[in-house]
Amino acid sequence: MATSKKSLQTLAQDRESLALVTARHPALEVFSMFIANRAALVAMVVLMAIILAAIIGPMVYKTDPFEMVWAPFTPPGTEGFILGTDYLGRDLLAGLLHGGRVSITIGLVAALMSVFIGISFGAFAGYYRGYVEEVLMRITEFFQVLPTLLFSMVIVALFGASLQMITIAIGLVSWTAVARITRGEFLRIRELEYVTASRSAGATDLKLIFQVILPNALPPIIVQAALMVGSAILFEAGLAFLGLSDPNVVSWGQIIGSNRLYILDASYTVTVPGLAIFITVLAISLIGDGLNDALNPKLRSR
Amino acid sequence: MSDTILDVKNLRVEFNTRGGIVPVLDNLSFSLDRGERIGFVGESGCGKSMTALALMGLLPSIGRVASGQILFKGQDIVNASTKRMQDIRGNEISMIFQEPMTSLNPVFTIGSQIAEVLHRHRNMDKSEALKTAVDLLDAVKIPDARNRIASYPHQMSGGQRQRVMIAIALACEPEILIADEPTTALDVTVQAEIFDLLRDIGVQTNTAMILITHDMGAVRQMAQRMLVMYAGRKVEEGTVDQIIKSPRHPYTKGLISCVPHIRKGADRLPNTLPEIDGIVPDITSFGKDQCLFAPRCERLTQQCLDRKPDHQMIGKAEQQSVSCWHPYGRQT
Repeated sequence: MATSKKSLQTLAQDRESLALVTARHPALEVFSMFIANRAALVAMVVLMAIILAAIIGPMVYKTDPFEMVWAPFTPPGTEGFILGTDYLGRDLLAGLLHGGRVSITIGLVAALMSVFIGISFGAFAGYYRGYVEEVLMRITEFFQVLPTLLFSMVIVALFGASLQMITIAIGLVSWTAVARITRGEFLRIRELEYVTASRSAGATDLKLIFQVILPNALPPIIVQAALMVGSAILFEAGLAFLGLSDPNVVSWGQIIGSNRLYILDASYTVTVPGLAIFITVLAISLIGDGLNDALNPKLRSR
Repeated sequence: MSDTILDVKNLRVEFNTRGGIVPVLDNLSFSLDRGERIGFVGESGCGKSMTALALMGLLPSIGRVASGQILFKGQDIVNASTKRMQDIRGNEISMIFQEPMTSLNPVFTIGSQIAEVLHRHRNMDKSEALKTAVDLLDAVKIPDARNRIASYPHQMSGGQRQRVMIAIALACEPEILIADEPTTALDVTVQAEIFDLLRDIGVQTNTAMILITHDMGAVRQMAQRMLVMYAGRKVEEGTVDQIIKSPRHPYTKGLISCVPHIRKGADRLPNTLPEIDGIVPDITSFGKDQCLFAPRCERLTQQCLDRKPDHQMIGKAEQQSVSCWHPYGRQT
C-alpha cells in the first residue's frame, strides 16, 4: 500500500513537471530550433565576433584610421601593420575596425527604419482595405519602381553626404518589401477566427492591428528585416564605392571606394574590407535563413 | 413575466453580392428575456450565424442592416456608434464561435487573453485580471487553473480551448451570450460537457443565451424556446417542448424526424432514418415572394409559389407561431 501511495505521489510530481515542460514560451521554442541549425549558429557566432570587434576594437587599437602612419602600400604583415597600409599610408586594420562600426550601424538603423515605415504602410493597408489600401499601396509601388541606387544618390547629392542622410536614403529605398509582406500577412490574418473573436470581445481597431494581428504577422517580417541589414550594408558599400560617403567617417565601402584605383597594384587594400563585407553579409543571410526555418511553423517539428 | 433584454423587430440584412442585393435575413423578429435561453435551428446557410453577427454589429463588409431594429435594453443598436458597439461587445453581449481550435490568438497565453478583456472593459490591472482569470478558468472547470493560465492555446485540447473561449466570453458577466455552434468542431462526449457547462452557467448567472445550432438534441437539452430558420426567414417559433411535440411547419417536422429518439416515448429506432430531400436554395433566390421551402415540401400547392406566407400565431397562449400556408395540425 505504501509503495503504491508513493508512486501516486511521484506520478503527480511527474505530471507537474510535465506541465512545466509543455508550458514553454514560443520564443524559447524558436530559439531551440534556431540553435539546432548549424549554419545559422556558426553565422551567429561569427556575426557576434564581428560586432564585438567593431565595438571593442577601436578602444583597444587606438590608431586613428585617417592618420598617415607609415609609407603607402605597406603590404600586410610587414612593419608591424597586420593588414598593411593604403594608398595614403593609413592603417587598414584601424580602418577596418572603425569602419565596421559605421557599416554595421548604418545597416541596423536603415533596416530598422525600413521595418518601421514598411509595417506602418503594410499594416494599415492590409487592415483597412478600400481607399486606405489603394492610396498606401500606390505610394509603395511608386517607391518600388524608382531605381533604388539612382534615387538614393539623388537624396545624398541633394542633402549632403552625411552619415544620417546616407542611412535615411538607404532606409527610404528598401522599405517597400516590408510593406508588401506586412500587407500580405495582414490580409491573411485579418480573416482568421481569432481576430473576429477579439473583435467580438470589444477590441478597437488599433488594438487589433498592433496587439492581435501584428504579433502573428511578425515572423516573415523579422526574417526580411534580418536580410535587410545585410543588403543595407551592401548598399552603403555601393554608394561609398561611387564616392557618396560621409568623408568624416570610415566605412568598409569607403575604404574600397578610395582604394579602387590601385586594385591591381595593391589588391589587398580592397580585398580586406571586401572580405569583411562579404563575411558579415553572408553571416546575416544565414541567420535570416535560420530564423526563417525556426519561425516557420510548417518546418517546425513538434 | 420577466423583462425583455433584447427585442429584434423586422430585421432585414442585405448582402451586396455580384448577383445583386439579396436579403440574407428577411423580416426577422424575436425577443429575448433576461436569463432566457433560446435556440436557433436550421441548416447551414439559413442565416443563423448572420443573425448573431448582426446582433454584434460584426456583419461582413458586403452586408448591412437594411431595415428593422435591434433593441438592446430598449436602445436601438443598429446605428450605434463604433465606440458604443466596442463597449458592448465582450462586455454586455458576448459571443463564442464554432472553431475553438482557431479562435484563440496563438501567440499569447490564455491567461493574458482572458485578462485582456477584463482590462479592456473592467479597467482591472494586470495582476488583478490574472487572478480573476484563474477564477474564471475554475468556473469553466479547467483543472489546475493556476498553472494553466500560462499555457498557450496549442497546448490545449479543443474542448479546453472552447472552455477558455467561454471563460473569455463570460469574463465581464455579459447579459447576453451568443453561442454560434459552439460544439460543432468537438467530439460527442465533449459536446455534452460543453452544453452542460453553458446551461449551468446560464442558470447560475442568469445570463440570457442565444444558442445557434443544427442539433435538435442540443436545443432540447439547452433551450426553453426555439426559433427555426430557413433561407433567411423565421419559419417557426415557440417553446421547445411545444414544437418538438407538435411541429407545425413541414421543415421543422422534417428536422425533428431526422433525429431519432428526440420525442419522448420514441424508444425504438425506425428502420430508415428520414431526411429532407433537396438543399437550401441559392442565396440569390432569398428575397422571392414565395415560400422558399416550397420546392422541398410535401404539402406544396400553387399558393406556396405565388405568395410568401405570413407569420401567424397558432394554438393557445401564443406559445407557437409559424410561417406556412398549410401548417400541420391546424385543428389543435
